[in-house]
Amino acid sequence: MPVGDVLPELSVLISAVTLLLAASFMRERDQWLAAPGALIGLTVAFAFCVAQLGEAPKLTFSGVWALDGASIWARLIILVAAALSVLLTPEWLRQDRRHGEYYAVLMLGTLGAMLLAGATDLMQLIIAVLLSSVTGYTLAAYHRNWPLSVEAGIKYFLVGALANALLVLGVTLMFGLFATTDYGELASRTDDGAQSMTLVAFSLVIVGVAFKLAAVPAHTWMPDVAEGAPPPAAAFLTIAPKVGAAIALARFVDLFPQDIPWRSVVATIAIATMSVGNLGALGQNDVRRMLGWSSVSQSGYALMAITVLGLDPYALPALLFFLASYAVANLAAFGVVTQLRGRTNLADYRGLATAHPLLAAALILSFLSLVGIPPLAGFVGKLALFVTTIESGYAWLAVVALINTVVSLVYYLRVLAPVYFAEPARPMHTLGYSAAAAVVLCAFFTVSLGGLADPLWRMLTEATLLP
Amino acid sequence: MLTATILIPLLGAFALACTRLKEPTYRWLACSVGSVPLVLLVAVWIGFDTSTGASAFQYVVEYPWIPALGIGWRMGVDGIALTVATMSALLFVAAIAWPAETRGRAREYYAWFLFLEAVSLGVFLTLDLALFYVFFDLSLVGLFFLIGRWGHGDAERAAIKFFVYTFAGSLAILLAIIGLVLATDPLTFDMRTLIADQPLVGMDLRATLVLAGFIIGFGIKTPFVPLHTWLPPAHVNAPGPASAVLAGVLLKMGTYGLIRIPYSMLGDTFARYAFALAVLAVISILWGALVSMAQSDLKRRIAYTSVNHMGYVLLGIAAAATIGGEQAARQMALTGATVEMVAHGLITGALFLICGAFWQRTGDYNLEHYGGLSQIAPNLTRFTILASFASLGLPGLAGFVAELQIFVGAFSVYPWLAATALLGILITAALFLQMLQQLFFGALPTERGDFRDLARVEIITLAILVLLIVIIGIYPNWLLTPINSATGLLTGGV
Repeated sequence: MPVGDVLPELSVLISAVTLLLAASFMRERDQWLAAPGALIGLTVAFAFCVAQLGEAPKLTFSGVWALDGASIWARLIILVAAALSVLLTPEWLRQDRRHGEYYAVLMLGTLGAMLLAGATDLMQLIIAVLLSSVTGYTLAAYHRNWPLSVEAGIKYFLVGALANALLVLGVTLMFGLFATTDYGELASRTDDGAQSMTLVAFSLVIVGVAFKLAAVPAHTWMPDVAEGAPPPAAAFLTIAPKVGAAIALARFVDLFPQDIPWRSVVATIAIATMSVGNLGALGQNDVRRMLGWSSVSQSGYALMAITVLGLDPYALPALLFFLASYAVANLAAFGVVTQLRGRTNLADYRGLATAHPLLAAALILSFLSLVGIPPLAGFVGKLALFVTTIESGYAWLAVVALINTVVSLVYYLRVLAPVYFAEPARPMHTLGYSAAAAVVLCAFFTVSLGGLADPLWRMLTEATLLP
Repeated sequence: MLTATILIPLLGAFALACTRLKEPTYRWLACSVGSVPLVLLVAVWIGFDTSTGASAFQYVVEYPWIPALGIGWRMGVDGIALTVATMSALLFVAAIAWPAETRGRAREYYAWFLFLEAVSLGVFLTLDLALFYVFFDLSLVGLFFLIGRWGHGDAERAAIKFFVYTFAGSLAILLAIIGLVLATDPLTFDMRTLIADQPLVGMDLRATLVLAGFIIGFGIKTPFVPLHTWLPPAHVNAPGPASAVLAGVLLKMGTYGLIRIPYSMLGDTFARYAFALAVLAVISILWGALVSMAQSDLKRRIAYTSVNHMGYVLLGIAAAATIGGEQAARQMALTGATVEMVAHGLITGALFLICGAFWQRTGDYNLEHYGGLSQIAPNLTRFTILASFASLGLPGLAGFVAELQIFVGAFSVYPWLAATALLGILITAALFLQMLQQLFFGALPTERGDFRDLARVEIITLAILVLLIVIIGIYPNWLLTPINSATGLLTGGV
């Protein structure tokens, strides 16, 4: 067994198990020690992942696991997002007596997302989706005594159970049609299947993956989770599974020939997702729900790159860059919410710029980056998306995304206006230094990924997608 | 040199945001940092080579930013960019020096102003399309915060409307830029290459779509009818100095962009639609003048004259693009359009600063609540009358130089359109005279008895702007020489 190829995953898994065991024996006041423990595990995994960058792309473990640029970069983004969300956590969960195990669950969720990014076998895909989902339900409902959190967990679970069932059904059909679950073999056999049945199986799998991506039609859990889950968990759940799922989806659709009209399917989902997300966010007076809906719409933009995958060499780097820029900006936004002790009512944000100028600046940078205002990270991400869709002849898709971007500006500004234009009514309490550090880091990445985009972009253009 | 022009106010903005000083100190600090670009641009102007055979873009600097996508920090000026940028820098200094009500947030107010100055100059000075878009968008961000935080009335709503509306325009520009740039191989956003290569020649449909994107985007910004509806609320609710900059500098980005990008890079296609643009221009001229006349709100009235004046600029650009027009006439129209940009910046900038003075004293823009102010505010009266006369195109003042050239150029290509547009000048004259009469003559309402005349800083600021308006009106040659060197090249002369 080529164990060396899964060292990053092993370090995440081992630290998850260690944390779980340690947390059951640790005293209450020592539970926070699990956070630095998780950070160490994530750092080691990050280092192993970076070491894989130099190797030639290959399939390993009998072809079920891809070590290509797409999987490595996606896993790097996931690890960074997980680490930043760990930084947000200890102060938030201070009142929870057993919060050591939270980190164990988070690590397993990270593992699930990483598996999604590398899976090149339908069975492996199912395992990844399930692992990422089960841990996600737990994280969302972690505040056991708070109805909204439990409700978020239950809604997430109900949508997830259905989507996962459809995914398993789709994989079963696939296996029945092509007698294999291996991506490499599927790619060579998809030409000669019964077309209508292939399309049914294909759509079922897509729905299963769309659930992780929070894309239409399985997006409904996202606003509830953003609102009800502990904000550090919401930050993690709106990013890590999504990054993994985007790569999983790209890998999966790439297997099919043109006579399965998968580009039209993905383009339709992209348009529906960005529009539904934006319309949902438009009237929100609840900032966390608004962030949830905005996160749905961002999935829609990411799907643009998947639509044109293979038509233009920039499609994959554009997807990866966009995911990275989305991750840091979204983390910054949820970080600010966390640092403000989870305040979520729009009216409670009045005068933030006077009370806490740095937090306000981070929120402004984050939102402007999500809109795509230059020279922030989100601008380069969106520019790359637009360039690659137009170059591939999907200019109309870019126009739809453009209209959606204008709409999205409205709800971001609806938050920024009271933040900057009003005076604070009451003092605003903040959480602590660790969360503040995470916010500053995210804001820094948001600016520097835009201003110094070149090195990352250059490396991403060399990324490959197997098989 | 051009890099410093942008970076010094930008760094100044960040430095200012991080300090804690007394309120008046901020103003003088911002004013001195804000004057650096003006000094640098004047130096560039002095060193600018206008002899025949001199290269179109001078003072060029170039550093890579994202080389893989052909994006770089490219700066350089031709005569048009130089004059418009210098006027903008001057107007910024005036707007910063103008005593503003900062509501206890002087630090942020002046920091935003310096930021806005840096990015606005960036729009005019850059030679890279991606960078152009970057600065173009950032100018929206800067003005959004200035209007929303320091505006009055329903400022929040006006700020959001302004941002969303013009952001829609800038995204249209972004798509057009991508559509244009993707035709180059290897991919480059370098304006000089794009102007030299005319990449979309022979691709009719695509060139038309790209042109439509630019026209919509710059049309919102300029603005021409029917894309102008964001302008009045933004102006009315903005603080005086921000209005001055909005009208004087930001609107120019629309017309400057038209000349720099579609006119230069899509020459053939632009020429094909020149007549349609000229019709749009005439509609803007008449509509802006008529609607302006119907306003009883001082600031709205001046805001709509901007629509009218930007119509003249568009008419000049359209006339210059026309196929078959005589080169001399086309060059004259384009020169006139550029002079109009400079003149309108100075004149309307002064008028909006004066509006700010009215608001600071009374909090009221309704013309009918004023009268007889010439008895108690002679200085204000003088400056307002001079600026208004310049705006309606009185000979001997800057507006006349511009409009004369535009009309002479336009008459030779579109005689009927130009004749119709002349009506606009007539209406503008009527509306300004009526406004002056209402404000300064007749009986003084009793509640205006304590109206203060202009303070010293206000007088000095306005005097500089008005002095320039007069100088351009009497001796325009120093302004025309650099502009002609650029318009000559752009219209195919020498």
